[in-house]
Amino acid sequence: MSISSAIEDRRFPVDRAELSKRLREVLPATAVLAEEEAMRPYDCDGLTAYRQLPLLVTLPESEAQAQAILKICYERKVPVVARGAATGLSGGATPHPDGVLVSLARLKKIISVDPVSRTAVVQPGVRNLAVSEAAAVHGLYYAPDPSSQIACTIGGNVAENAGGVHCLKYGLTVHNVLRVRGLTIEGEVVEFGSAALDAPGYDLLALITGSEGLLALITEVTVKLTPKPELARVVIASFDDVRKAGDAVASIIAAGIIPAGLEMMDKKAIHAVEPYVNAGYDLQAEAILLCESDGTPEEVAEEIARMTAVLEHSGAAGVRVSASEAERLKFWAGRKAAFPAVGRMTPDYLCMDGTIPRRRLAEMLTAINGLSDKYGLRCANVFHAGDGNLHPLIMYDANQAGEFERAAAFGAEILELSVRFGGTITGEHGVGLEKILLMAEQFSEAEIAAFHRLKSAFDEHGLLNPGKGVPTLARCREYTQTRAGMPAPIASHALP
Amino acid sequence: MENLIQDWCERVRAAASSGASLAIRGGSSKAFYGEPEQGQALAVGAYQGIVAYQATELVVTARAGTPLSQLAAVLAAQGQWLAFEPPHFGPTATVGGMLATGLSGPRRQAVGAVRDFVLGVKVLNGLGEVLSFGGQVMKNVAGYDVARLMVGSLGTLGIVLEASLKVLPRPVMEKSLRFAVDEVSALASLNQWSARPLPISASSWHDGVLTLRLSGAAAAVTAAQRKLPGDVLTEAEAESFWLAVREQKHRFFSADEALWRLSLPSTAPPQNLGPTLIEWGGSQRWLRGGDPALIQAAATQAGGHATLFRGDEGLKQSSGVFQPLTSPLARIHRRLKTAFDPHQVFNRGRLYRDF
Repeated sequence: MSISSAIEDRRFPVDRAELSKRLREVLPATAVLAEEEAMRPYDCDGLTAYRQLPLLVTLPESEAQAQAILKICYERKVPVVARGAATGLSGGATPHPDGVLVSLARLKKIISVDPVSRTAVVQPGVRNLAVSEAAAVHGLYYAPDPSSQIACTIGGNVAENAGGVHCLKYGLTVHNVLRVRGLTIEGEVVEFGSAALDAPGYDLLALITGSEGLLALITEVTVKLTPKPELARVVIASFDDVRKAGDAVASIIAAGIIPAGLEMMDKKAIHAVEPYVNAGYDLQAEAILLCESDGTPEEVAEEIARMTAVLEHSGAAGVRVSASEAERLKFWAGRKAAFPAVGRMTPDYLCMDGTIPRRRLAEMLTAINGLSDKYGLRCANVFHAGDGNLHPLIMYDANQAGEFERAAAFGAEILELSVRFGGTITGEHGVGLEKILLMAEQFSEAEIAAFHRLKSAFDEHGLLNPGKGVPTLARCREYTQTRAGMPAPIASHALP
Repeated sequence: MENLIQDWCERVRAAASSGASLAIRGGSSKAFYGEPEQGQALAVGAYQGIVAYQATELVVTARAGTPLSQLAAVLAAQGQWLAFEPPHFGPTATVGGMLATGLSGPRRQAVGAVRDFVLGVKVLNGLGEVLSFGGQVMKNVAGYDVARLMVGSLGTLGIVLEASLKVLPRPVMEKSLRFAVDEVSALASLNQWSARPLPISASSWHDGVLTLRLSGAAAAVTAAQRKLPGDVLTEAEAESFWLAVREQKHRFFSADEALWRLSLPSTAPPQNLGPTLIEWGGSQRWLRGGDPALIQAAATQAGGHATLFRGDEGLKQSSGVFQPLTSPLARIHRRLKTAFDPHQVFNRGRLYRDF
């Protein structure tokens, strides 16, 4: 697949030879890659449908080197795209053809772990799970746990405002970061937030979190550490009807319970996962819910009893509680392996990321089944049900002519529905390249223009990650006009 | 209601073209906070009402003029609340003022601040446009997080018209404990306890007395109570104590001196700058009186910042309310102001004097 039109709109004249020479003057020889073969591994992120070689790849080993790169690029008006572990699913780290890709993989030091203040200071290339591993000796951990936590890095987590399966209770990245140190596109060091709980002036820490590398380059992050709960147990409930499962989610919340995790999988996802990891899921079920409680043993016992009662009352066909930590991990293994399990069933898949009000989960599932028939493509569904965040996995074969386009159109319809249901096109994966045109579905032209002005406040020449996150106004108009000529999306009659 | 917005759009456009400044006023309960008001008053309190509330979604959407007391009552009827315990500072407090000042109460140490609970906003910007950012769902990363940016911006970026907020169920049980301890030991204990999975939802130290509040499942509160020292307060005592801390009716706040708020790392040592009340496990320290330059320098030295929370005009004039920003941050602030309010219509000088 060629690069997206969004990138094509943002091209820059760059003297590659001169740029390369200048970068080599300030960086170690191993920190600049220019050969196609060496740059090839950097041509995409987790959204492999988009591949693009950058002009050059740089691998700074210190903040000072990163600063030197930015100053050189800024002076020449060269685009800069930051990259962590490239596990992102929206093309946020797809290189720019005229730009320098800055891999932060070598900035991977855990600078400090302070058990008294319950904070860790880490470089952006530190893996999410490595923070929890370093803190474990103190009985602490870093709460956000995206499914890619073995590989994904803190810098990328901040850029995407990563979530995970425990964010209903423990929050997203934005709730678990105290301070971000970074560089402006001009190469100036800047600190957002502080070692305290807040900082004077505007909440730029919140703004930088989830900004997809469009506002600054991250060089250091102070994260909050959370005391590890003494105990966690999970309940699995199986349902013979997705509607009952959806209602059970609402009933748990209505009972005043905030589960540590509340996940849902539909039949296709269960059938993808079970042969792969033998998690012990009910293959007869139309949907299962995983509902976790954590805290002191007394607290967990009390909460599990209440959860079980609500689930049974909601018509669960079967309810099982993990009897040991090993069994709890086994129950979760299925959910955590959902993406690779689906990956075994199909040559390619697209992972969607809409969020909707919880009460519309069942309605959305029904609509997705209809779309699956319409496009002739299979779709397995895993949901962060507690916060209404859906991950439909649309299966396709890129080698079959037209299948990628059909999968993309299927995905776009799901996201359009998410917006119509009062939700959003992306809960935690980011807009990147993938959903850039769909921004026009969610935001008015005036709102998109406000985003562009905000971006200019940090980066007036538009050099940081150009062509991502926010569409040009011309593309918005084009999208809106095209949409106006198309038939109404499926299930729109069900709207209030 | 919608013709109110129409009127304000016209006021804003007129002010923009004449170079005038508008001072946004909700309930004026927090008018004391920040740099002095400038320009013509624009009363926005009439834009009231709860737009949507479904308890099982854990989200409420309310117009900014909605009194906080009314919102609290509606949530309480469903056993829910704004978990960050926003201070009202008077019966006229509104949702808009809560967002503009970004102030959180005693429970902030356990659950997070106002900004952590804001999911979406509708704002009127300095071009007279009505814009929506964020939404009504828990997770949303489409576009920049303008909703959180509005929190604490003191109305300098626009008029918040409506906000969607995450709400939480009230805990099943609360118990407060009190015991005598000096400041050094109190800070050490607070930090130690915070590193353990204990359900501490608030803490306050003043004048040799530490008060803790435990909240959560009955079993968790009871178990924690056994692990911690102190005498248990009666329910009425506890309620009035935490309300007094939140609303600054505690006797510490009654003196007629300047009041400083120091936001510091929880582990920062005692500052010894004057009479002190500590909250948030050591992260928020209130200080009465004292030398402004010394206070600001000490806060910076400790890794935090100081705010002149209450003070007379003269003192605000000489020391500034908010600590100055470093040069790249100051530049980003000025440009953000321009991005939302290019003609400097809103609350000119209220946050920093230069915009």
